[in-house]
Amino acid sequence: MIRYFKLVIFFACLGPLAYLLWGFFGPTPFDRTAWGAGLGANPIEKITHTTGDWTLWFLLITLAITPARKLLRLPWLIKFRRMLGLFAFFYACLHFLTYVWLDKFFDVHEMLADIAKRKFITIGLTALVLLVPLAITSTSGWIRRLGGKRWQALHRLIYFAAIAGVIHYLWLVKADIRKPLEDAIVLGILLGFRVLVWAAAALNKRPPLASVSPRPVERRVEQ
Amino acid sequence: MLIKKADDIASSEITPKSLYLNRRKFLAAAGLAGAAVAGGKTLLDFSGAKAAYAAETIPNLQKSASSTSERITPAQTVTHYNNYYEFSTDKEEPAGLAQSFKTHPWTVTIDGEVQKKLKWDIDTILKFAAPEERIYRHRCVEGWSIVVPWVGFSLSELIKRAEPTSKAQYVEFTTVYAPSEMPGQRRDVLDWPYVEGLRMDEAMHPLALLCFGMYGQTLPNQDGAPLRLVVPWKYGFKSAKAIVRIHFAKNQPTNTWSRSAPNEYGFYANVNPTVDHPRWSQKTERRLGEFTKRPTLMFNGYDQVASLYSGMDLKKNF
Repeated sequence: MIRYFKLVIFFACLGPLAYLLWGFFGPTPFDRTAWGAGLGANPIEKITHTTGDWTLWFLLITLAITPARKLLRLPWLIKFRRMLGLFAFFYACLHFLTYVWLDKFFDVHEMLADIAKRKFITIGLTALVLLVPLAITSTSGWIRRLGGKRWQALHRLIYFAAIAGVIHYLWLVKADIRKPLEDAIVLGILLGFRVLVWAAAALNKRPPLASVSPRPVERRVEQ
Repeated sequence: MLIKKADDIASSEITPKSLYLNRRKFLAAAGLAGAAVAGGKTLLDFSGAKAAYAAETIPNLQKSASSTSERITPAQTVTHYNNYYEFSTDKEEPAGLAQSFKTHPWTVTIDGEVQKKLKWDIDTILKFAAPEERIYRHRCVEGWSIVVPWVGFSLSELIKRAEPTSKAQYVEFTTVYAPSEMPGQRRDVLDWPYVEGLRMDEAMHPLALLCFGMYGQTLPNQDGAPLRLVVPWKYGFKSAKAIVRIHFAKNQPTNTWSRSAPNEYGFYANVNPTVDHPRWSQKTERRLGEFTKRPTLMFNGYDQVASLYSGMDLKKNF
């Protein structure tokens, strides 16, 4: 059953790519002599924005698995987490490829200047780099090799990748920050859930209040 | 007996006969174009005929020596990719959202350093000079460009008639504030209403166009109807749309984008490949419809304006 469900989710996750391919090669109300015009007047911008949006959304969906599992008591959701995380990485790679190829045309000099000068590019690239070890160590073989605890610690990098991704979006918009703000709020809620869980765990570990010796009252030193 | 006059139709709303007749010609042409397409022929480009706006053909267009011979961007692109934050920050949305925007009746207020404060009806303004077709390159600060056959006449024609005093050093243009018709103005994305400005000598330059049409027809709402500015050597945001006020001033006005992000958008905003936007390079641009990027030209290729800025540091005055 889960296997079948996984297949459905897999193809659903390819939806955004299918949309881009259809737009690129499909029918269009625009000038038919122009390539990719099914994606509107500026197809490359559309590809850049679509792959970027879906990278962030897949990161958020991946981060939502654990809270959803615990709050809704659906333990089997964990079985989809790896695939969803890898799709985030997949769309991040397409987003990066769009930049390298369709925006900069492999002009290394220009790209290096961009990375050094433009902080939204710097932080976007940081997010991608953070995702690379997570994608590589996503297999059960790597969980065994690293050991559960260390693997889990490494994969907390996704928090920083997602934060960097949202900042990348916030820093690139011109004036209307509504869309990146929506992503930031969702990310805030998802990370807030973890903070709450950790805080609750920390509180439980603390000795009962009665046994805590009262703090000595500090005397003010008059100067 | 009291006989009431039927005055529910303002004279300004009655379409002039010439326009009406030309519209018929246009419709016939559109029909022919449709037939030609159906017949399997590819016409040069008549996609404007498919646009949803109620365009009127503008008769007797004069050709202009300042037109470029570059390939004209299809009308479908120019009418469906609009930076018009008064409607939406999404470039694809103004085409739909602007349909119910009312451009008639329309009055433009002329004030500030002028002999006399004036209120001109749009139809008065359109008769100031013969309409010309000017095919200009249009470069957005975001790094894309189009080639548009605008219709209008030099802004100087209006300025002469406004009779500015010798104190007038700058011209300030204000876009209409109509949040009930412009959903984008209901959010504080920018400081509404939109304000742009030019130095007097820039405004008087023959290339600066007071524009009311494109592709041989009246402007579609999403492209700035009924009256806009086109300043082809500057980034697109300098070319204010739906203008209701032209104010002559002693001091340099603060334009809306410069108020919003002074380190990113200046007053001059001349197209300049050597001065990057803080967040992206301005060396190249994507001409919509082309795969590779092309180099951006100084003053967008309009070298004839260079003398306006001789001795100025254009890195400081970006």
